[in-house]
Amino acid sequence: MSEILLQIDGKEVKATEGMTVLEAAQKEGIPIPTLCHHQKLEPYGACRVCTVEVEAGGRTRLVASCLYPVEPNLVVKTRSQKIDKIRRVLIEEMMAHAPDSWQLQELAKEYGADRDRFEKEPSFCIHCGLCVRYCAEIKKKNALGFVDRGARREISFIPRIAAQECWNCKECFELCPTSALQAAYVLVQALSPARSSSE
Amino acid sequence: MDIDKIDRIIDKYHGEASSLIQILLDIQSENHWLPGEALARVSEVLDVPLTRIQHIATFYKAFSLVPKGRHEIHICMGTACHVRGASRVLDSVQDLTGIKPGETDLDMKFSLETVNCLGCCALGPVMEVDGKPHGKMAPARAIDVLKNYE
Repeated sequence: MSEILLQIDGKEVKATEGMTVLEAAQKEGIPIPTLCHHQKLEPYGACRVCTVEVEAGGRTRLVASCLYPVEPNLVVKTRSQKIDKIRRVLIEEMMAHAPDSWQLQELAKEYGADRDRFEKEPSFCIHCGLCVRYCAEIKKKNALGFVDRGARREISFIPRIAAQECWNCKECFELCPTSALQAAYVLVQALSPARSSSE
Repeated sequence: MDIDKIDRIIDKYHGEASSLIQILLDIQSENHWLPGEALARVSEVLDVPLTRIQHIATFYKAFSLVPKGRHEIHICMGTACHVRGASRVLDSVQDLTGIKPGETDLDMKFSLETVNCLGCCALGPVMEVDGKPHGKMAPARAIDVLKNYE
């Protein structure tokens, strides 16, 4: 594993090959906000809240730090007016879906996001995919997944699998940055009679 | 749709998970829709999680998870067809079949769908029935065409 030297917010940072910018920053205690990131899961890059500015080869680009691999002599900026604005609008958009999520409220305070900027569309899901990925990657049960596409995309449990597996697990509930997941599960549970017979 | 038929389709693609979409398309064209048991069987044989199949089947408009009629009517609502009166054709077809776009009638005879361009604008307004395009439609002509289908 070769060592790579890069600069984050003016600080020299050592990282190993294959690390992402986010991991390198977290190792040095430089905060980058995240919503869809989870240490045990593959990087996903859904929420874009971890967007940072990188300068390589004389050009600056905006990238999702949870996906971007470290490069030698990379210059990373984790805060700037441009980044703050991007994060603020992203948070405002997500708050249209889940206005009462405490994680979003914390971020909103930090970036001055207006909770009521966009018309409310209370789906309570911000499509972070944490529950879906946790169930597939860690538990390997695939009890829930995404259905439909674009603005209509939502999480959906497979009742047959959920009836057998979910009652004793529920580990994905606490990952959810909103309460949508739990609500979806409660709905499936109410609809599937299979649980009471297997218990 | 029986299991043997589904297995035959899967065998045609040597049971490879990479052919998932082709398999679903074949089931869709033979059966006009994808029943839950068919998806469960495909999931079991290909060893692909049902969540993934569900995601794909709901992502593409070519797939239907609800039963479809014996004949599928597509009415083009693209710009060229629209200015030549596609909405009047749609109205008359709706009156004849008694269904709105996205629906299937009780006899399972027709399913109605609007599309945004069939790529033959010179023939507009176009109505497609079971993949066969009928060009230069007018409300009365559209009804005459549909009377030929059983």
